[in-house]
Amino acid sequence: MLESDNGSHLPITRRGLLLASASSAAVMASGPSDAATGADSTAPSHAEVPRGSVTLTINGQSHTLELDTRTTLLDALREHLHLTGTKKGCDHGQCGACTVIVDGRRINSCLTLALMHPGAEVTTIEGLGQPGHLHPLQAAFVKHDGYQCGYCTPGQICSAVGMLDEVRTGIPSHVTADLMAKPLLSIDELRERMSGNICRCGAYSNIVEAITEVNGASA
Amino acid sequence: MRPFTFERATTPAAAAEAVAHFPDAKFIAGGTNLLDLMKLQIETPAHVVDVNPLGLDRIEPTSDGGLRIGALVRNTDLAADARVRHDYAVLSRALLAGASGQLRNKATTAGNLLQRTRCPYFYDTNQACNKRQPGSGCSAIGGYSRQLAIVGTSPACIATHPSDMAVAMRVLDASVETVRPDGRTRVIPIADFHKLPEETPQVEHALEHGELITAVTLPKPLGGVHLYRKVRDRSSYAFALVSVAAVIQKGGHGRVALGGVAPRPWRDETAESQLSNGSKAVIDRLLGDAHPTNENAFKVPLAQRTLAAVVAQARA
Repeated sequence: MLESDNGSHLPITRRGLLLASASSAAVMASGPSDAATGADSTAPSHAEVPRGSVTLTINGQSHTLELDTRTTLLDALREHLHLTGTKKGCDHGQCGACTVIVDGRRINSCLTLALMHPGAEVTTIEGLGQPGHLHPLQAAFVKHDGYQCGYCTPGQICSAVGMLDEVRTGIPSHVTADLMAKPLLSIDELRERMSGNICRCGAYSNIVEAITEVNGASA
Repeated sequence: MRPFTFERATTPAAAAEAVAHFPDAKFIAGGTNLLDLMKLQIETPAHVVDVNPLGLDRIEPTSDGGLRIGALVRNTDLAADARVRHDYAVLSRALLAGASGQLRNKATTAGNLLQRTRCPYFYDTNQACNKRQPGSGCSAIGGYSRQLAIVGTSPACIATHPSDMAVAMRVLDASVETVRPDGRTRVIPIADFHKLPEETPQVEHALEHGELITAVTLPKPLGGVHLYRKVRDRSSYAFALVSVAAVIQKGGHGRVALGGVAPRPWRDETAESQLSNGSKAVIDRLLGDAHPTNENAFKVPLAQRTLAAVVAQARA
């Protein structure tokens, strides 16, 4: 259990408590007719809902999941595999908190179904690094204080890993002056390329410093 | 999200047949627009056919010197393709002006053409919307219309088509290749692909139910200077208030299409012939039939000034 790593010995974990409150809230909020139609694809339902099966490799480990067809990749990671490092922010592709790396590309895991990814290799924040052996970007975010509340941070870091790879492979951006030249990661380029990740605390200047340092070290 | 059954497609024709079989079935490709709308119950397919196993992800030269872009080529890969960057830069520029890095990695060429409007009244299921619920009325007319269309509209709908890519495709005279449920194929010129709302704003394109886009083709390169200029409320990751796609040749003639102003990419070949007479002459003809609201009347002078800036940039 990832939650047990925080040193807490309370019989009820914070996550367990949150799950219990969320399900009682869901029972109160949904009438019998919309129990099967709510936004939460894992909500209990009295009707038989269509299901499907998918095998994916998550952080190097193969998982076969039997899922309600509506399950997004994000919900598969969080609710079925309990990899809660990946965050649900807006759940509509606008904030970037759910960014993960699938087959080498950063994507919004909230806007794709888990069933659409048979055989995919998924890397989440847990797979990039762990306490004691952080990914260079995780270490740089700590060093430069690239967050305040930390909720957007896993998405920011997964996005930055994918973004630096896009620059290395020569993918241009909206602010690239010469489409035929190899792009360089100026501050303007970095800001444009990271615009899919919103930080409500406004830690942008420190995020820019963290990514710039790692890019300089690997260039 | 409403429950749906899910199927992985095996061939393009089988996928078309699978969707045609159910009145409310949908293809899913990138999913970045469809799943957003399904979560809001604006789209409620009972059966979803995943076309990702079909491949259709290659960009190949055509026999007449153009390019054939597979329907499932991702926006990132299309924008970054060396041939597209070199010969069809207006397309690279338009793609890169749209969405975010994460979304472009998933969104497909065909899906981009088929994305739905971002009109706030289409998105709000408590409001009347003839596109979402035919016959219910249009809350946008007389409502908050700053982002909405000024030309090509009807008393039933003033929504815009939100795509940047499609505006460049229109300027390049692209064609849409499809396969129908009975296996027959056809080619639809981009000019005929998106429909004006008239009395039926829910009909947005020329495809039949179950007809699957397999590719988009570009004619041979035009040469000239390729520009895409997008004006929006923030400098990245926002839809256009006005955009201009242009291919300007030596001597100043060329092609122009507008985005952000109409229910489809807005181009008129007779307006382009006015390029040598200045941007006002072009816009006078291109937006001559505009019926803006008080809130979006600014788009007419904004389009003219954006075109003037593009023409000046082409000359520089």
